[in-house]
Amino acid sequence: MDKENVKRLISDMGAHDCVECGKCTTVCPVTRFNPEFAPRLVVVKALAGEEMDLSKDSDIWICNTCEICNNMCPYEVDYSGFIRGMRGEASREGHEPDCSQGGLLHAMMRIMANSDLPQKRLDWITDELKLADKGDVFLFVGCLPQLDAIFEGRNLDLVETARSAVRIMNRMGIEPVVSPIEKCCGHDLNWAGDEKNFIKLMNHNVQVIKDSGAKTVVFPCPECMRTFDLDYQDFLGDFDFEMTHISEFLARAIEEGKLEFPENISISTTFHDSCRLGRHLGLYDEPRKVLTEIPSVELVELEKNRDAATCCGVSGFMSCNSTSKVMQMEKMQDAKRTEADVLVTPCAKCRIHLDCSTRDETPVDNDLINIPIMDFTVLVDMALRGKLQIPDAQDKEARMEDEKPE
Amino acid sequence: MTEAMAPAIEEEFQPSILVFCCNWCSYAGADLAGVSRLQYPVNVKVLRVMCSGRVDPYFILRALELGADGVLITGCEIGDCHYISGNVKAKERIERLSKLLDQIGIGSDRIRLEWIAASEGTKFAQVMEEFTDHITNLGPNPLKGSETGGG
Repeated sequence: MDKENVKRLISDMGAHDCVECGKCTTVCPVTRFNPEFAPRLVVVKALAGEEMDLSKDSDIWICNTCEICNNMCPYEVDYSGFIRGMRGEASREGHEPDCSQGGLLHAMMRIMANSDLPQKRLDWITDELKLADKGDVFLFVGCLPQLDAIFEGRNLDLVETARSAVRIMNRMGIEPVVSPIEKCCGHDLNWAGDEKNFIKLMNHNVQVIKDSGAKTVVFPCPECMRTFDLDYQDFLGDFDFEMTHISEFLARAIEEGKLEFPENISISTTFHDSCRLGRHLGLYDEPRKVLTEIPSVELVELEKNRDAATCCGVSGFMSCNSTSKVMQMEKMQDAKRTEADVLVTPCAKCRIHLDCSTRDETPVDNDLINIPIMDFTVLVDMALRGKLQIPDAQDKEARMEDEKPE
Repeated sequence: MTEAMAPAIEEEFQPSILVFCCNWCSYAGADLAGVSRLQYPVNVKVLRVMCSGRVDPYFILRALELGADGVLITGCEIGDCHYISGNVKAKERIERLSKLLDQIGIGSDRIRLEWIAASEGTKFAQVMEEFTDHITNLGPNPLKGSETGGG
């Protein structure tokens, strides 16, 4: 481990300012179920220097980097940033996280970073969708098609998010540009400490967007948005194109009166603040504004909402463990307790993880967690088309019956 | 023709192929092919696993990432699995991985799933022959020589 790098990390992330008050530990969702872990301890170990080699410590991989600790810290120590930096150090020494899906997604991203193979990125496009080759608005689809292939048996239909985004834009008279050669934004590699491949993906994607001549890039995915807005700009300086998450984009469109909602069945929703959208980017009001502006939609808040929102349990497809499962159970129970009809999430990965937790055997009764999960963009599009409906709840017993091998 | 042949032999593409064999059927099939002195190409490298259900899609993608030209997964016939349903799971996983490979441009024709029983030494040799021909025709893995990260 390079001591100079660690020293620089400590000063960059303000770790010296830590007064060991432990407020971060009181809110950390991992610590609640795994008392051996504490954000504060990671920093304390690093400050201890010589004796502790953090790069070999499993603690740096357990963190969900949800930034609830940063939010709580009175001295603004960037714990998540510190953890990410340490992961970079660890990864340079050949240490790896325990990845869920065995590391399949990370391998896929590395392949994308190191080759220019002709991808089949646009298979999701249907005839009704109007797209342009060049234009002002670029829709960054991200990994949705690949995630759909990997999680195929789950019927999540994640690319519907991209279709919905295009449909909404078409309704506003915008024909967005989508690119067949864009690559994954590299979010997961970045948080796994693989900076080398992350930079390759970054340079490629920024070039693709610059070549398209777009003035605005719209992201349906909070992780892509975070990576572009915070990480890419950190490396490359400010971009001359505007970056906006779909919730911001829609909130603005509604304000300007560009979107009108027809009559729908009335449903009540509850909103899951994904960590990347909420705490990382600070977008709390925009999605709420959109949801409350839909006449037939009612918004009920989760008990822990906005900057206190709990986590979906897994970040960057790393360290999915028993702690993650308990976190997911809590989240689903919280959502069910609101008595809302659906849990709305802006993040495709949150949807994957929360859906996963309710499959097969669950530690709590099915009645306590069977609330359907819907994507934010898909819900808005359905409402705009007057086709709002509540998806089937996750009826575990029926599904297990279906999935039994013959 | 004679003048073209000499360099052609020198530069001929020799694929490297990874074969996952399940302990109970396919590996025994490979054994039988061996003791029966059946010939099959030297391009295949056999890796024994306890069950085709042990083969994580990541293993396959990792092999391709590291430059394998083809990956073959072999197991017991459906219904014959030593662990009851390992091969059913393997089948589902390979189907999903095939879609991903098509999407990211490697192409699903670089991987194949075959059922080979312990008694089918001839089939084992045949499948190796066929798959090697198939991969030779496809040409080298486009990722070969590219720099890959991770450990």
